[in-house]
Amino acid sequence: MPVIKIPTPLRSYVNGLAEVPVAGATAGEAFENLLVQFPAMRPHLTNSRGELRPFVNLFLAENNIRDLQGLATPLSRDDRLNLIPSIAGG
Amino acid sequence: MLPELTREEILRYSRHLLIPDVGLQGQRKLKASSALLIGTGGLGSPVALYLAAAGVGHIGLVDYDVVDESNLQRQVVHGTWNVGQLKVESARLRLLDLNPSIEVEAYNEPFTSLNAMRIAEGYDILIDGTDNFPTRYLTNDLCVLTGKPNVYGAVYRFDGQVSVYYAREGPCYRCLFPEPPPPGLVPSCADAGVLGILPGTIGTLQATETLKFLLGIGTSLVGRLLLYNALDMSFEYVRLKKNPNCKVCGPNPTVTALIDYNEFCGVPGVEHDEGSAGREWDITPLELSTQLHSTNPPHLVDVREPHELAISSIPGAQNIPLGELAGRLSSLDSAEEMVLFCKSGTRSARALEILVSAGFRKLKHLNGGINAWARQVDPSLPVY
Repeated sequence: MPVIKIPTPLRSYVNGLAEVPVAGATAGEAFENLLVQFPAMRPHLTNSRGELRPFVNLFLAENNIRDLQGLATPLSRDDRLNLIPSIAGG
Repeated sequence: MLPELTREEILRYSRHLLIPDVGLQGQRKLKASSALLIGTGGLGSPVALYLAAAGVGHIGLVDYDVVDESNLQRQVVHGTWNVGQLKVESARLRLLDLNPSIEVEAYNEPFTSLNAMRIAEGYDILIDGTDNFPTRYLTNDLCVLTGKPNVYGAVYRFDGQVSVYYAREGPCYRCLFPEPPPPGLVPSCADAGVLGILPGTIGTLQATETLKFLLGIGTSLVGRLLLYNALDMSFEYVRLKKNPNCKVCGPNPTVTALIDYNEFCGVPGVEHDEGSAGREWDITPLELSTQLHSTNPPHLVDVREPHELAISSIPGAQNIPLGELAGRLSSLDSAEEMVLFCKSGTRSARALEILVSAGFRKLKHLNGGINAWARQVDPSLPVY
């Protein structure tokens, strides 16, 4: 099953988990399943059309899914998605 | 024409001169170069120290803060005796002590759309060591509009990000993050904490990228974002591409001059300071103290993380961490008068928004948080 890696700023929404296994044949399905498991994340990470908000990116290996096929990017069983939000601490 | 090195400088930089990639010519390049550091805090400290030690001839420092004791856990350019001093002045003296042969210019002012062009003029490279989104977008846009590289670093608890945003050769910060998160969603280091060494690690990587750029050696982080996690001790890279819809560096830009970055980032202005949720929702520590001694005291809700309660607490408060609040609304009574608080007011302002949008109205928000309570009402509590 694919996994989504959760960065520390967002772990409070997923009970502190570093990675969440999520079923899904596409990045969008996997991401939707993450939001179903942890609904408190949804309003923060997606807009009313279900699109990723502009301060968060989903990477498949080294590539931003925006540069692939977006949420329709196909996933294989062992794929790892990396959720990368903007952080500002300095 | 590059400046010559003095005999003293040849001795000082001898370990650089031995590296063929730097050598005498490279060291002369560094002497002729200039770098502007935005922020002299956690990231700016190691950047400033290493660039000064390396012999970057002209270093500019921008900050308007003063050194606080809580800075010293990570802001290693400052010392205990500097507490209360201007950060830029404290850092300037430390850098000149480390390397008297360089020039250090201190800009004791907030970096804004009004002064950024003037301050950055003449500098070869900018280093983003700020702690807030408005200044990060300002630094990015300024670099895109003036054709300068922006050596970016950011930290959160155990996580760090590093890249070089240089629109002439690759993507800019806005290509990756077209807009900032809403205020309060991603907590600042002041609210969430940061491992003291983390900005040291990320800042030294920024200093490395800066030196590489000034020397013209190696493969830079242009087009790559380095992700570091101190707990896992992991370094990962992701590839960044230019966003064809980028509003500042794309082919059809709509941002062609510096804008109001506080407005862009939704940061409150004077009427809605940090630590305040807006005056109609605020309650001061003294007002809360009076209410708690009345016959009908409000219900206190502490939205900090459980481990913070060991540092300071107000008796009788219910602890619901901000991240859990949306899922625990049923444990609150909307008919009851309620006062929300956190460490300094940022998280409780966000909590107030969540409760207001859920229909709660009998709400107040402790202005300045439990730290203000400790200062004004209960001095037995520590400020952190």
